[in-house]
Amino acid sequence: MPEKKHPNKVAVTSAVPTSEKPHVVTGGKPGDIGGLVSVKIDDIELKVPFGTTILEAAKTAGIRIPTLCYHEDLCLAGVCRICVVEVAKQRTLQTSCTFPITEPITVTTTSQRVRQARRHVLDLLLAKHYGECYSCFRNNNCELQALAKEYGVDFFRFGHVEKPKYEVDRSSYSVVRDMNKCVLCRRCVRTCIDLQSVGVLTAAQRSDRTRIETFLDRPLADVICINCGQCINRCPTGALRAKDPSDEIWAAIDDPKKHVVMQTAPSPRAAIGEEFGLEPGTSVTQEMNTAIRRAGFDMVFDTNTTADLTILEEGTELLHRLYKALVQGEKGILPQFTSCSPGWVKFIEHFYPEFLPCLSTCKSPQQMFGALIKTYYAQKQGIDPADIVSVSLMPCSAKKFEANRPEMHASGYKDVDYGLTTREMAQMIKEAGIDLTRLPKSHFDLPFGDASGAGLIFGATGGVMEAAIRTVVEVVTGLKAEQVFSDANVIPVRGFEGIKYMEIAIPQLGPVPALFNSLIKKGKLGATWDWLKGATLKIAVAHGTANARKLMDDIKAGGKFSQCHFIEVMACPGGCLGGGGQPIPTSPSIRAARAKAIYGEDMGLALRKSHENPHVIKLYEEFLTDGPCGEQSHKYLHTHYTPRGDYLV
Amino acid sequence: MLATERESLRHEIAELAEKFEHKRDGMMPMLETIQEKYRCVSDFAMQEVARQLGVFPTEVYGVVSFYSFLSTEPKGKFVIRLCRTLSCDFAGKREVARQLENELGIRFGETTKDRLFSLEYCNCLGMCDNGPALLVNNDVYTRVHPELVSDILEKYRRMFGPASQLEEMEAHHA
Ligand code: SF4
Ligand code: SF4
Ligand code: SF4
Ligand code: FES
Ligand code: FES
Repeated sequence: MPEKKHPNKVAVTSAVPTSEKPHVVTGGKPGDIGGLVSVKIDDIELKVPFGTTILEAAKTAGIRIPTLCYHEDLCLAGVCRICVVEVAKQRTLQTSCTFPITEPITVTTTSQRVRQARRHVLDLLLAKHYGECYSCFRNNNCELQALAKEYGVDFFRFGHVEKPKYEVDRSSYSVVRDMNKCVLCRRCVRTCIDLQSVGVLTAAQRSDRTRIETFLDRPLADVICINCGQCINRCPTGALRAKDPSDEIWAAIDDPKKHVVMQTAPSPRAAIGEEFGLEPGTSVTQEMNTAIRRAGFDMVFDTNTTADLTILEEGTELLHRLYKALVQGEKGILPQFTSCSPGWVKFIEHFYPEFLPCLSTCKSPQQMFGALIKTYYAQKQGIDPADIVSVSLMPCSAKKFEANRPEMHASGYKDVDYGLTTREMAQMIKEAGIDLTRLPKSHFDLPFGDASGAGLIFGATGGVMEAAIRTVVEVVTGLKAEQVFSDANVIPVRGFEGIKYMEIAIPQLGPVPALFNSLIKKGKLGATWDWLKGATLKIAVAHGTANARKLMDDIKAGGKFSQCHFIEVMACPGGCLGGGGQPIPTSPSIRAARAKAIYGEDMGLALRKSHENPHVIKLYEEFLTDGPCGEQSHKYLHTHYTPRGDYLV
Repeated sequence: MLATERESLRHEIAELAEKFEHKRDGMMPMLETIQEKYRCVSDFAMQEVARQLGVFPTEVYGVVSFYSFLSTEPKGKFVIRLCRTLSCDFAGKREVARQLENELGIRFGETTKDRLFSLEYCNCLGMCDNGPALLVNNDVYTRVHPELVSDILEKYRRMFGPASQLEEMEAHHA
């Protein structure tokens, strides 16, 4: 078995945020568990741990077996039957993805019988598939299409669908469902239930009428969906996609009156290269900047600047909440939950509305940016905000929904006009005839460039927490973060474990920075940190809303996490770098590679703490003049939430 | 649905779930009980079953839509299910079907305006040697021919009769 190396120390062992590793099927004599079983696949003999599936064993032997319903992140389904193989002494062909090796067996993966069965499976799938690849967003990146090519499909044995049968569901701001392209692999169903714990989709009806439906086949906008797009990233075909605003954006670019500005989140830059054939984990930040400009955007800004701003606002909010809870004895305001992930925000609004008072009132970096661009920036540049079109490049499909929340009009206009996914950006760049990989580098534009590494690591699970810790520790102790954590790297919050936990004892107390003067005046904070003496900060980090649910249930039951002061939750497995708008495919190793790119870039930056970002400091001098969590910032940078509940009817 | 009706249905489902210890495998018997009483498993009922069993409403919907004896829309008091499988088809299912449609004035898949009868096809009932076979709720009829159809229907119409008579019937059954 070739050993994987991950020199950046990112743990990849439990890449799937659910606790169980799904590929080992057990069920045999208990005494055998833990032992090795020999297996012969084609002409290769090997020994594998008891219960390993044929598919996994074949992989380690370097034998490729085609799959469709199988996905590394998901539990096994065994419904598509493309992965069939011959197992000696078994009468029928067996699905290799679900067949556990519990005794010595001989497997054939290439016989005529196997080839023919697979071809027939494909022919049957194609007979029900509305295939019009050239107008499909998965053209050239579709598992069904690839299989058809691999198996040399040159005619439709069982017929072909000429006209779409089902109406495309475009009701959601984020996800478009086109069931004419669905192959019923149920990956989306498993994603939504097992990874996200939202349970929007099911295989409804029976037999040849089986379809993937929502509750009573309602439009997606009318059921409880958190818009995370994780289903899109795991769909093998074009049946699920994000709602693409690029036509409107092109129109704005082509309109000389419009000032089209782009803000780019931290994760797309670590992944967009994949769309241009680069290896996962190749960071192309500055080439991407050039490409976005060449595609016609007037300005390219860095969302990391408002991520830094978020840290100042959210960190201050945390100190204020701690003060209220520990000194003034207020209840029900801790732990403070992060609010950057719109999927998570909608999740808590639906499933745990009673905890909304604990959700940070800070807007996400995207929306903070939106509010500033049409106010602060417009004033500074002397541009009529009505002429500004603000676009955000996000790894996320839920950001589209967030931009459309009615409360996101702090500037008097729609703060963010369009949320664009990494995939859609890559498509626009291609459409402009640009090869991203061959471009010169260029910097972000000011005043929203040159952000800190702390803002950058927002892209990985644990990143917001690490950024906050770097700042809060310095602000409270007067020490440098480097004195507390080697290289200012907060390793315990990194990696892909489903829920991470950490305690930070506050070693000493420094003076209260001048930034908080107006808060102190209002009695929202003490003039010294004495009330924090001997305190231990307890924090937790969760990613994937199935883990968020475990965490919330623990808090509800008064468990360990109810003692936390601050909790980061990201809706997507791996955090934003695994977002629903990122390049497809996704897998534990791809997400680990993207994380490595992000942490690597952070290490290379001189500026690695949000509160040292000179543009943010300037913003407080020029615009948000009463400091973090002051009135100005409340007007532009904070928001409120809607308790939605989980009733569908 | 009225708020009070919802409350009582919620209560009823909670009690049912109690009986099955809120375990997932109680779902089928729960759904059957609800279907029998309300002639459907409504959207609200599916949601409450989900809540009680700790699954998602969509999952319950998946189950309800899978089984043809469960339905999300209210069925008639009496559901007629005519076997459409091979043996019954050869034995003259088509004539029986036409007669049923004519007598009831509805097509297969529909319910009469008075909500008395629903007409459906089903698959083999295991009465192949005595086809055509049909079910009216849980009663089996074999060797049905068009002339028998009106007698069968009449029997159930009579059962329904004035409200008091029906209640008596139901009390008797229970
Ligand atoms: S889903 Fe795949 S096979 Fe189907 S039309 Fe799209 S690209 Fe072609
Ligand atoms: S977007 Fe997320 S919540 Fe909505 S259906 Fe897809 S996986 Fe489920
Ligand atoms: S929508 Fe996509 S993921 Fe879901 S079952 Fe269909 S093909 Fe599979
Ligand atoms: S991949 Fe094995 S059955 Fe689908
Ligand atoms: S074919 Fe009708 S009962 Fe079997």
